Amino acid sequence: MTNWSSMLSPTVQNLKPSGIRRFFDLVAEMKGVISLGVGEPDFVTPWHIREACLYSLEKGYTMYTSNHGLLELREAIARHLYDEYEVEYDPRNEVVITVGVSEALDLTLRAILCPGDEVIIPEPCFVSYQACTLLAGGVPVPVNTTAANGFKVTARQIEAAITPKTKALLICYPNNPTGATLGRSEMLEIARLAEKHNLIVISDEIYDKLTYSGKHTCFSSLPGMRDRTILLNGFSKAYAMTGWRIGYAAGNADFINAMVKIHQYTMLCAPVTAQMAALEALRNGKTAMQNMVSQYNQRRRLMVEGFRNMGLDCFEPQGAFYIFPSVAKTGLTSEEFAEELLKEEKVAVVPGNAFGQAGEGFIRCSYAASVPQLTQALERIGRFVQGRIRQVG
Amino acid sequence: MKEILELLQNDSRLTAEQIATMVNMEAAEVRARIKKLEENKTIIKYHTLINWEKAGEEIVTALIEVKVTPQREVGFDAVAERIYRFPEVRSVYLMSGAYDLAVIIEGRTMKEVALFVAMRLATIEYVLSTATHFILKKYKEEGVILEDKEEDRRLVVSP
Repeated sequence: MTNWSSMLSPTVQNLKPSGIRRFFDLVAEMKGVISLGVGEPDFVTPWHIREACLYSLEKGYTMYTSNHGLLELREAIARHLYDEYEVEYDPRNEVVITVGVSEALDLTLRAILCPGDEVIIPEPCFVSYQACTLLAGGVPVPVNTTAANGFKVTARQIEAAITPKTKALLICYPNNPTGATLGRSEMLEIARLAEKHNLIVISDEIYDKLTYSGKHTCFSSLPGMRDRTILLNGFSKAYAMTGWRIGYAAGNADFINAMVKIHQYTMLCAPVTAQMAALEALRNGKTAMQNMVSQYNQRRRLMVEGFRNMGLDCFEPQGAFYIFPSVAKTGLTSEEFAEELLKEEKVAVVPGNAFGQAGEGFIRCSYAASVPQLTQALERIGRFVQGRIRQVG
Repeated sequence: MKEILELLQNDSRLTAEQIATMVNMEAAEVRARIKKLEENKTIIKYHTLINWEKAGEEIVTALIEVKVTPQREVGFDAVAERIYRFPEVRSVYLMSGAYDLAVIIEGRTMKEVALFVAMRLATIEYVLSTATHFILKKYKEEGVILEDKEEDRRLVVSP
């Protein structure tokens, strides 16, 4: 009998399955669970966006678009980036519409990496950064951020990880899973470093709109960074459009052309229906988006207060819709905490180590849930924690 | 202030402590502000939105268009007052356009509502005419879709 698995690519075979997957299977079997494990908005896409999509179908928009994506949408994105961050991109050849930021990330890494090239990735981070780097033949080099430093990566940490093989730095602020943000001055230090060592900066800014104190700084808007940065963003989080799968990459034409070359052979183009919806989101979605953001902000404060009242150390997140409290005081590992909490109190959270070793000792809780749900979840977690802290102390 | 009111409008059972946390204020301050808003009748009352159909209760609601001759000095206000004093009347609005007052009436039966219009409303001095429209189905009330079939369809855990 053939051993089919011996015929698989070793790269894929050695790829670790996402730590979230195992947990998902556990949760899926249980009833009455309040889930704080969801990495997407609890809002449904605003109706005007859905309605615009229906209209586009009625009008017969069912064809391929240009490989780059609908020009109108690229123009709207370029205008939006200029209005928000004063960074200029030519919509004709410096923007590509992708199937979610996930595809944009994959295209980026495949376009720039040679076998053995290193990518510096601050952790904890989104689960696919490591995997996509490996699949593109690169070597992920994790840099551990800490709660003590607000989960911000520092220029010094990055510099220590740089080798002659370092090709790129992959950052995501506001951050999933920690909710950390980077200020302009902190970004400037990283920018100087990128220049000094000639690094490409991949900046995943999918959570840019979900920034709760101060204004988000777009990495490519920093002096000298536009051509060095591949800016990734999309519609999923700000406009509650996760399932539509529309993201984009913006960068200098050399990068974008290379990425479009891969995109045209593998994806051809992003679905036109979803591109039409994204266009409506950019044109008329600001009010609905701001309304969602202010609700996230209210819930964020509830969560910080809730976890601190329990006696857990909790870094105050400034962005995204996650909170990343430390469970060290309970004496449990991330996974033990998440599993026992699920079994005893039926609250699902994601163990922090699913986002890299730096996440060990933390749990990720999403506050993309209604206030009554969050209040109830906090009560249950509080009950669970109370017993545990006493046992330790 | 607006943020506190919006939160309460959406859920009047939020505690002052919860609101304080959500808007980043002291609980005592929130309590004081709410008290003031109650006293000056900015907050008029705390009520509950009920789907009576689901409760198995038959309630008939009608929208009455009322045309009125405005009076010197008081315009439409005097007639409006005569109408809104009736407990059967749920709401009264002054309108622009084809008619003057929109009156929402609730009763137990269509006959009861129709009789109220004929006997009480239409006979008020300066009321020129009425047109009664019975409400057949409520889809959305006070910003809430009554039978919303959009539920949480997200995966329970996702990255």
